[in-house]
Amino acid sequence: MKPRRLNVAPRLACPDDFYQALLELHCGLTDEESRLANAKLILLLANHIGDQAVLDEALRIAREGLGEGLASAAERADSAVSSVIRAAVCRVTKERT
Amino acid sequence: MARAHERPVYAYRRVAEQDATRVAYHPVVIVGAGPVGLAAALDCAVHGLPHVLLEAEDTVCEGSKAICFAKRSLEIFDRLGCGERLVNKGIVWNLGRVFFGERQIYAFNLAPEAGYQRPAFINLQQYYLEEYLIERLYELGSTDLRWRNTVTEVELCAEGVGLTVATPDGPYRMRCDYLIVADGARSPIRHLLGLSCRGQVFQDRFLIADVVMQADFPTERWFWFKPPFHSGQSALLHRQADNVWRIDFQLGWNVDPDEERRPERVMARIKAMLGEQIRFDLDWVSVYTFQCRRMERFQHAGRVFFVGDAAHQVSPFGARGANGGIQDVDNLIWKLALVVAGKAPAALLESYDAERIPAADENILNSTRSTDFITPKSEASRAFRDATLMLAEHYPFARRLVNSGRLSVPAMLRGSPLNTPDTEAFDSALGPGAPCADAPIQTATGEDWLLRQLGNRFTGIYFAAAHGRVAARSVEIIRALAGGAVPVTVRVVGERSLGKGLDGCGILDVAGLVRRRYGGSPGTFYLIRPDQHVCARWRRLELEPVRHALHRAFGQTQRHSEQIA
Repeated sequence: MKPRRLNVAPRLACPDDFYQALLELHCGLTDEESRLANAKLILLLANHIGDQAVLDEALRIAREGLGEGLASAAERADSAVSSVIRAAVCRVTKERT
Repeated sequence: MARAHERPVYAYRRVAEQDATRVAYHPVVIVGAGPVGLAAALDCAVHGLPHVLLEAEDTVCEGSKAICFAKRSLEIFDRLGCGERLVNKGIVWNLGRVFFGERQIYAFNLAPEAGYQRPAFINLQQYYLEEYLIERLYELGSTDLRWRNTVTEVELCAEGVGLTVATPDGPYRMRCDYLIVADGARSPIRHLLGLSCRGQVFQDRFLIADVVMQADFPTERWFWFKPPFHSGQSALLHRQADNVWRIDFQLGWNVDPDEERRPERVMARIKAMLGEQIRFDLDWVSVYTFQCRRMERFQHAGRVFFVGDAAHQVSPFGARGANGGIQDVDNLIWKLALVVAGKAPAALLESYDAERIPAADENILNSTRSTDFITPKSEASRAFRDATLMLAEHYPFARRLVNSGRLSVPAMLRGSPLNTPDTEAFDSALGPGAPCADAPIQTATGEDWLLRQLGNRFTGIYFAAAHGRVAARSVEIIRALAGGAVPVTVRVVGERSLGKGLDGCGILDVAGLVRRRYGGSPGTFYLIRPDQHVCARWRRLELEPVRHALHRAFGQTQRHSEQIA
């Protein structure tokens, strides 16, 4: 197993403050607006992290315990292949720019 | 509907072999006279490879299909002698605007880097492209082009490929060594051979309309997510030649294509988009679905080669269909010419799959990703798409996530068995497998472009010292390369004066861009394939390494290189 790059140790100085702020983000929003707010938040944070290996770990953990059906197992096999292709394409893009 | 373009009709002619008792033989037969089949015929003509081109219809395509031709395609057409014609008729565009609902969220500029002959893209209706390629074929005069000839049977045997061809005068038979299949996405020949094409079918429909209007719309690409005039979907407006504008509307899956095609219905949509006051004529309408898929292998039984949409299909976002197919041909024909001439082993042909399958996968991956962004398949993917667009208006990082099509770039052929890997450091991205970059130059006959000196044969670029003189030893090697079984024509690049010591092969690097783009320190040597891709490069010119790389580029050490891999 590769060393973990995603920091999962407790880091938030005031966890309750953060959790409250997270809930307040959604105050007065419809379900659809909440989905959008969550998505914007994820995109902002992902860009801040800026490290695909860290993000990949977070994505894997986020998926743990969810969608354990057969279909999802097949999807995961697919995504292993696509991450290989993705790495290759990323390399190409970087070299071109 | 008013027509913007009259399709020429090319006459069917009975050929002598239809009356012959013996089955005629041809080295190469190409099936399908779309952009890719026509490019294949042109490339055969340029290489002096005898060939027959069979086409079921007797005219060019109707309406706009492929419209966006990339720089690499234009460079290939330059090599085939018709790039200028296409660029003169085409529309050059640089600016793209992306809208989300009512608002423009950002614009991007594709303005080409200076020092390339060709722009990043031109927009040109496919029917013009086909017409110009056909004119060029007739001009070269070596293509046996047969209209209204439909292949109805294909038979593979040890001696070659047998074909039965239907014509207005009834069927006849022919035989060939190599069959190039360019008969499009539905590929009747792929079906005749029982071969499959696997991948993803998208549950979505798109309406394409060509409209003619004398409006002062700028020459730009406008893409709308959730356009206000077309609820909840996407739309694209793009200019083509002759004041013809191409409009794509995403319709969704649950629509009736026949209903959507009705002119009144289309006119209403376009009026909502352009405004009631703009006058326009509807030229052509079509509803289409698309797929991202490919055949498992493009070469079949060693003799049949699938090219273009017959081999692989992509979504239209990114202009990767025709541009990809033209690169297939660029890759295949020089190899076929060497093998048919007996100068290279048949193993060279296996590199077509090794090089073009990864290229097709890259195109499929990119166009699938664009499709996933443009047409979200779930609530979650829609939320991310819309969140990205909302952020993009104010935060530049999000603009890089917006995907309205990742535009076609040439394949780098990085893992090709024909490449000889670098053994020295280069500060240039033009590594083995990369297509050569253009640059302005001057030759003994005047101003020119580097790419016009390369291609159709093996060439070398040798970087002379600043004073332009070439050492006697290098002159000897360059002469030896020119006199080999397969000659290598070497061009000598000088910085301040035309390379001396070798008459007529000097190139003056007027803007210093050849040196910069190729990392060309004095003594650097590039070996270039007939399709203008780099085979190998060295910091010092030595005969043996170049000969070795040449052998590898011929497929002569393929088995050996597979063992290494």
